[in-house]
Amino acid sequence: MRTDDTDVSTTKPSKRQHRAAVVAEAASGGLKAILVKMALLGIVDAVALYGLFILFLQQQWLIFALVALVTLVVNWIYFTPGKLPAKYLTPGVIFLVVFQIFVVGYTAYIGFTNYSTGHNSDKAQAISALMSSAQERVPDSPSYAVTVLDQFGTLSFLVTDPNGDVSLGSADSPLAPVNDATITGGEAVGLDGYTTLSFQNILSRTAEITALTVPFSNDPNDGALRTNDGSSAYLYLSSLVYDEQADTMTDAQTGTVFSDTGDGAFVSTTGEEMLPGWRINVGFDNFARAFTEEGIRTPLISVTLWTITFAALSVATTFFLGLFLAIVFNDMRMKGRKFYRVAMILPYAFPAFLSALVWAGMLSESFGFVNQVLLGGAQIPWLTNEWLAKISILVVNLWLGFPYMFLVCTGALQSIPAELEEAATVDGARPWAVFRLIKLPLLLVSVAPLLIASFAFNFNNFNLIYMLTGGGPRDAAADVNVGATDILISMVYKVAFTGQARDYGLASAFSIIIFVLVAVISVIAFRKTKALEELNR
Amino acid sequence: MTSTDETTRVIPLKRPFTFKRWFSRTGWRHLVGIVMVIFSAFPLLYVLSASLNPQGTLTGSNELFSRVGFEAYARILNSPDAPFAQWFGNTILIAGTTSILTVFLGALAAYSFSRMRFTGRRAGLLTLVLVQMFPQLLAVVAIFLVMSTIGDLFPAIGLNTQIGLIMVYLGGALGVNTYLMYGFFNTIPSSIDEAAKIDGASHARIFFTIILRLVAPILAVVGLLSFIATTNDFVVASVLLIDPEKQTLAVGLYKLVSNPNYADWSAFSAGAVLAALPVMALFLYLQKYIVGGLTAGSDK
Repeated sequence: MRTDDTDVSTTKPSKRQHRAAVVAEAASGGLKAILVKMALLGIVDAVALYGLFILFLQQQWLIFALVALVTLVVNWIYFTPGKLPAKYLTPGVIFLVVFQIFVVGYTAYIGFTNYSTGHNSDKAQAISALMSSAQERVPDSPSYAVTVLDQFGTLSFLVTDPNGDVSLGSADSPLAPVNDATITGGEAVGLDGYTTLSFQNILSRTAEITALTVPFSNDPNDGALRTNDGSSAYLYLSSLVYDEQADTMTDAQTGTVFSDTGDGAFVSTTGEEMLPGWRINVGFDNFARAFTEEGIRTPLISVTLWTITFAALSVATTFFLGLFLAIVFNDMRMKGRKFYRVAMILPYAFPAFLSALVWAGMLSESFGFVNQVLLGGAQIPWLTNEWLAKISILVVNLWLGFPYMFLVCTGALQSIPAELEEAATVDGARPWAVFRLIKLPLLLVSVAPLLIASFAFNFNNFNLIYMLTGGGPRDAAADVNVGATDILISMVYKVAFTGQARDYGLASAFSIIIFVLVAVISVIAFRKTKALEELNR
Repeated sequence: MTSTDETTRVIPLKRPFTFKRWFSRTGWRHLVGIVMVIFSAFPLLYVLSASLNPQGTLTGSNELFSRVGFEAYARILNSPDAPFAQWFGNTILIAGTTSILTVFLGALAAYSFSRMRFTGRRAGLLTLVLVQMFPQLLAVVAIFLVMSTIGDLFPAIGLNTQIGLIMVYLGGALGVNTYLMYGFFNTIPSSIDEAAKIDGASHARIFFTIILRLVAPILAVVGLLSFIATTNDFVVASVLLIDPEKQTLAVGLYKLVSNPNYADWSAFSAGAVLAALPVMALFLYLQKYIVGGLTAGSDK
C-alpha cells in the first residue's frame, strides 16, 4: 500500500501552466480521437435516453431520477476539460457501485423483510393477484368486441362495449375511454401509437393473450375482462370481495373474512393465511428466527462451525503438503523436476467445477471407481455419510489446492538468500534447525497474506461443496434445507433458490451473518500478519 | 538457484555409485514424486478414459481404456437435451467479454491511481482492498432480485440475459485486479509518460499507445485469471440464466450429472475434456506469468 509520491509532482500548476496544458492537450488530441470519444458518448447517451423514456412510461420516478443524474454527471465529466482521474475511474466505478456496493446494501435491506415465495410483490399487486386467481366468468354476461394491441411488447385490449363505447386498458391500467380509435363496422380496430396484432400474431402469442386480465375499473371488485380467442372478451368477477375501508378480503362463497393483521398477508380469524401475500418490513424477525428457532439455530451453528473448520483445515492441509513438496523438489541434484512440476500443476489447471463433478462420480457409493476398483467392490458411503463426506471434501480440496501452495512455497523458498543457510550451516546448525528457525519464519512472512486469501476463498468455496455433495447428507431435524457438509454460502443458496419455498429474507439475513464473520476474521488475520511481519523485522 | 555450487560440492567426492546413497539423497524424492504424479494425474486420466468409453454409465467407465471410441463425443455434441456446443459458445462469449472489459476497466482505474494524485485516491485504493474481501456471490440474493427488477423494466439486460450476467461480473472488475495492475503500473517509470507529454502526446494517447503496451504482461495475467474465474462461476450464472440454451458450461454440465449414477457419464466426460482442454492449454502455456500474478494477488 506504500505509494511513492516523489515521481509525480504534487504541486498545483499555475494558471498559465494550466492553460498551456489545455492548449497542448487539444492540439495533440487529433481528430480521430475526438470522433471516437463523441461516438462512444453518443451511444451512451442514446441508450440512456431510451432507458429514461421507458422509465418515464413505467412511471419509475426514483430510478428515472438516478439514471438521469448519472447520465448528466457522465456527460459533465467527459465534456469539460480536466478532471482526468474521474475520466479514467468513472466506467469501472459505475459497475462497482451498482453490482458490488449497492447489492450489499440491498442484501442488508432484504434481510429485514419477509421477501419470499408468496411474499414477493407489494400489497396492491397481491390484492389483484388474489382477485384474479379467484375469477370466474359472470354467467350470461354480454360479450365485448376486443382488438389486441401491442406497444413496445406490452399488450392492451381495445374494447368496444355492446353500447358502442370504445375504451383501452392493459394489465396494469384499467379500461379508460378513448376517442380517436379507428372504427370499422362499429368496432374499434386500431389506435395511433399502437400496433394491431394480426391473426398470425394472435396465434403465436396465444398464451400471453389468454393470460391477460384487464381490470374493468380502479375498483378490483368490478372484475376484469379476459379473452380466449383475441376477438371477444367477457367480464370475469372474483369470488373474493375486497373491502378497501376495512382492508379485508371476504370469500363470497363461504363468507370467511380475511383481514390484514400486519404480517404481510390476509389472515382469517382461525389463522388461515391467504397467499400470495405481500412484502413488508419485519425488522429483526429473520435474525430472531435464526437465533431462537431450534430448527434453524442448531443447523446454523453447526454450519458455521463446519465452515470455519473446513476453511482452516483446507488451508492447513494444502499448505503443508505444498510446503513439503516444495522442499522435496527444491533439490538441484534431482533429475526430472520439471516433469514432476508440470504433472503436479495439472489439478490446478483443470477447471475447478469439473474437478468436483469428476470426483463426485469417482466417489459414488455403488458405481464409483474408488469403491468398485480400488476397494474391490466395497460399498463405502463416501459422500452420503456425515463424517466420510467431510473427509472426502477435505481430500478433494487437497487435490484441488496443493498445486497452488506448491507453486507459492517453491517461489518463496527460492527467494530466501542462500547465504543465510550457509552461514547457519557454518555455525553448526542441523538441517532441521535451519529449516525451523530460519527458513520457515521467512517463508511465513511472504506466504501469510496468501494463506489468509486462501482461507477467505475456501470460506466461500461454493462450487466444491455444492458439486461434490450438494451439502448433503441432509439434516432431517432442521427446518431449513441444509446438510452436514453445507457451508454458509451454500446454505444461503439453498434457502434462497432451491426447493418449493424460497425465503429471500432469511437467506439475506444469513448473508449478513457471513459479512460480519468475514469482516471480523479478516481484521483479526491482518492484525496477526502485521504482528508477524514486525516480529521478523 | 546456483547449480554450480552444488556440482562443485558433489563432483570432487566421486565416490562409487551405491543405491543406498542415491536413494537417501534423491531417490526418495522420486518416490514422493511418483506418488504425487499418480495422485494428481489419475482423476484426469480417468476422465479421459471415461470420455473414450462408448458405454454411457459410471460403472462402464471403471475399466480404464478398455475400449476406445469417439461415440461419447458425438453424443454430447448432438444431444438434444444438452446443447453442449451452445454452452461452450456462451461460456467463451461471456467469459471472453467479461475478461476483456475487466482488463480495460481495471487498467483505466490502475492508470489513474498510479499516475495521478487526487483527493480520495488513498480512500479509493483502500476501498478496493476492502471490497475484494466480500465476493459478489455473498450478495447473490440481492443480485437476483435487482436483476429481476431490471428485467421487468428492460427485458434486454435483465434476468435471463447474458448481457445482464456480464454486467454483474463487471461489478467485480475493480477489485483484486486493479490492485494487481496498480502494482505493475508503478514499476513503469513515469519519466516515460513525461517525455511523451513534452513531445505533445495527450493523456489518452499516452495511455493507449505507450502505457498499455508496456504493461501487456499483467494485462494478459488479469485477463486470464478473470476468464478462468468467470468460467468457473456457478452461483451467479445459475441464478441469472434460466433458459438452457443461454446457460454456461458450469451450469449445464452440473445439471447433466447432478445424479452421476443415472447420468450419461461418458458424454459428460467427453464434454469435460472438451471444456477443459483450451483452459488447460492456455494455463500451461502461460504458466510462468500466472504463477507470478498468483503470488502477487492470489485468486482462485
